[in-house]
Amino acid sequence: MKFRNFALLLLSCAKLLPACVQAQAAHEFRLANGMKIIVREDHRAPTVVHMVWYRAGSMDETSGTTGVAHVLEHMMFKGTKTLKPGEFSRKVAALGGRENAFTGKDYTAYYQQIDSAKLGEVMALEADRMNNLVLDEKEFAPEIKVVMEERRLRTEDRAASLLDESLHATAFAAHPYRWPIIGWMSDLQQMTAHDAQDWYRRWYAPNNATMVVVGDVTPAQVHALAKQHFGGIAARPLPLPRPQTEPQQRGIRRVLVKAPAENPAVILAFKVPALRDIEHDDDAYALDVLDAILDGYDNARLNAKLVRTDKIAHSVNANYDGLVRGPALFTVAGTPAKGISTLELEKRLRAEIERIANDGVTASELQRVKTQLVAAQVFKRDSVFGQAMEIGSMEMAGVKHSDIDRIISRLKAVTPQQVQAVARKYFGDDALTIATLAPQPLPAKTNPPAVKTKH
Amino acid sequence: MKRLLALLLILSANLTHAALPIQTWTLPNGARVLYVEHRGIPVIDLSIEFDAGSRRDPLRKSGLAALTNGLLASGVAASATEAALNEAQLSDAFADTAAQRHMGVSADRAGIALRALSSQPESDAAIRLTARLLAQPAFPEALLMREKTRTIAALKEAETKPNVIASKAFMRAIYGHHPYANSPTAESLDAITRTDLITFHRTHYVASRAVVSIVGDVSRERAGQIAKQLTGHLPPGNGEALPALPEVPPMPAAEQRIAHPASQAHILLGAPAAVRGDPDFFALTVGNYVLGGGGFVSRLMHEVREKRGLSYSVGSSFSPMKQAGPFTIGLQTKKEQANEALKVTRDVLTSFLKDGPTDDEIKAAKDNLIGGFSLRIDNNRKILSNVALIGFYGLPLDYLDTWTVNIAKVSADDIRAAFGRKIAAEQLATVIVGAPE
Repeated sequence: MKFRNFALLLLSCAKLLPACVQAQAAHEFRLANGMKIIVREDHRAPTVVHMVWYRAGSMDETSGTTGVAHVLEHMMFKGTKTLKPGEFSRKVAALGGRENAFTGKDYTAYYQQIDSAKLGEVMALEADRMNNLVLDEKEFAPEIKVVMEERRLRTEDRAASLLDESLHATAFAAHPYRWPIIGWMSDLQQMTAHDAQDWYRRWYAPNNATMVVVGDVTPAQVHALAKQHFGGIAARPLPLPRPQTEPQQRGIRRVLVKAPAENPAVILAFKVPALRDIEHDDDAYALDVLDAILDGYDNARLNAKLVRTDKIAHSVNANYDGLVRGPALFTVAGTPAKGISTLELEKRLRAEIERIANDGVTASELQRVKTQLVAAQVFKRDSVFGQAMEIGSMEMAGVKHSDIDRIISRLKAVTPQQVQAVARKYFGDDALTIATLAPQPLPAKTNPPAVKTKH
Repeated sequence: MKRLLALLLILSANLTHAALPIQTWTLPNGARVLYVEHRGIPVIDLSIEFDAGSRRDPLRKSGLAALTNGLLASGVAASATEAALNEAQLSDAFADTAAQRHMGVSADRAGIALRALSSQPESDAAIRLTARLLAQPAFPEALLMREKTRTIAALKEAETKPNVIASKAFMRAIYGHHPYANSPTAESLDAITRTDLITFHRTHYVASRAVVSIVGDVSRERAGQIAKQLTGHLPPGNGEALPALPEVPPMPAAEQRIAHPASQAHILLGAPAAVRGDPDFFALTVGNYVLGGGGFVSRLMHEVREKRGLSYSVGSSFSPMKQAGPFTIGLQTKKEQANEALKVTRDVLTSFLKDGPTDDEIKAAKDNLIGGFSLRIDNNRKILSNVALIGFYGLPLDYLDTWTVNIAKVSADDIRAAFGRKIAAEQLATVIVGAPE
């Protein structure tokens, strides 16, 4: 989640957008069992999105059972004490709802999008599986195979995913960000229903959950429904936190990945601060602005210089995500043009950051980036789903959704000098990891496809 | 049964009013305008589309439609009153208006979508830029060369991916020599010249065939001005219809196995099936929900994924187009079990075609489709995509208003008959990339 997805809206509204109607502030409650409820009213359509976020993701796993957070997410659709496997989805579908779930490094979340009159019914279903999940061996056996197919589809057969996986496994030695959310294949092969059960018992408690509801509802309605459906679930002690802090990196790290592909690629990942303390982590704001100046729109610096003007890359990007529970990375990456080595592209990507370190950024560049940030906050309000995603992921990262006004003013106050200062401070060799893709030709290319015609 | 009848009565009582009031008019230059007022956030979403998709690519120049569309943003020529803008100036000018611009090309359609703040200085500037980019593209030679190089590199990358190889082979298998089967190659891209772009633009991006859709925080009066402004400088068109494209030819059923080193096999089955506006559409929609369209609750999902763990994703879909668009079943599975997964998939399809859905399945499908209708139009972006679809394909203006009623009317017999007309199990093409050796 990037700051550029945050609300710069509120403060700038009056000045930039005379017609602007401010987003409803979100309301927050806490049930007696510790479950947090956040509601934002949006009455543009008679629909609602209901999400339940658990603060448990792949970073809470341990070696040997990597991927278990995500496996449990799959198993949450497989029945409770009163619901047969698959019945959860059938019931949501019968109500006209759409549903799914997602697992991240920092969290696992479940959602339904539905006619707002049906909110109570999906809440009842969600509460049931928070407390009454049945983990059956018979259901686990095919589902773990589904997860292995998912890993094949999304990682094993995708060069870009393999590169990213190796990058993280190299950049982090101790912190669990070193393993992929979906887990290592051998851990999946060894995983049992008991592992999933254990995970469920440890983390799926109301005091580890945050409900986010955005749509055609009132806070009072949602509060009453939440109390009715989740209020009876008892709080449980949560596992002791094990920070598994990443030790300081003391020198450049490189990893080479060979995989079937046509074009080479390179990713440079610099360890930089995350946003933890919204008052004092000034550098996180400046890094986010730097990210936007490098890659915030189609004529931003990286694309303008390396792809459009100098034509030494086919594509480039920058990415900084400061809203994370674990350590943050600032990445720049690209695919070199024919005849340009990944080493050369590496130098040119770093040269663009050095240019900012040496010469700074212009006031008009900074203004353009801020205009984009402001508008994105208005556009975001077209989607209740997007709004719920933002609230949930902020909360999981440990930043209160209500701090958004403050974050906005901090971002708006970033100066060219601050951007230049972070460009100077964080982009040396010592906390840098570089992952390079060495493309391997497809062996099948030499053989014409075998075609069998059947009548 | 009683419950169902009661439900239908309630629904039809509620749905006699318009789900979405669409206003439409035609400009003197022939452009068609569709407009939905939707206030609440200070945003305008709009699109302008033409019959300029890849099916209009000339022979041996596949990729021309996409390059023409993409290069509209590579600079605009000077006009009597305004100076030329190069690529960087155009990008910066757009960024300063805060608008988001999306270029888009499918087989049938091509155009631009714009999302702008509705406050007037910002949206006026964004719309003026969009109008210039549509009407006065500079198509600089050097940028065409650069984009051809990048497109060829991306194409070669894509052609190493099993899903892309499968999808191209599948379209060739079901469309033969019809333009829907064509996709760019390094040679076809190489053959494209600046003159080709200019000609394609002059022929296809014309006012008389433009469909302008406008949704959001905007009055009818201003929508009228926006539509005029967007189409005002376009070539008028010579008034003649575009040449008819060949019929979709009947293709023999074929199974194609293509070697690939990936760990999974990518499997596609299907055939050309339905045009947009086909009277069977609602029966196919309800039936397909049961077969493989209904998320986690379809027959394919149940048999292939839930019961046997053979695939992460499996499903079926109809994609109606100007000419018969494809019916497709797709899945991926560990190479060694590809034959098993294919057999399960074929068995599900065969039994569905033979017996059709049960009454319970039809009820479940209707409950979801009707009960979830409001989710199809609950924001600007979704409304725009529906309105643009209605405009481009000439669907009735009450298409959305009558959607749930038309779904409710579908019977088991309708579904069997519709599938019988559109799908013959023994006529399907099958493509397996990464098949077991």
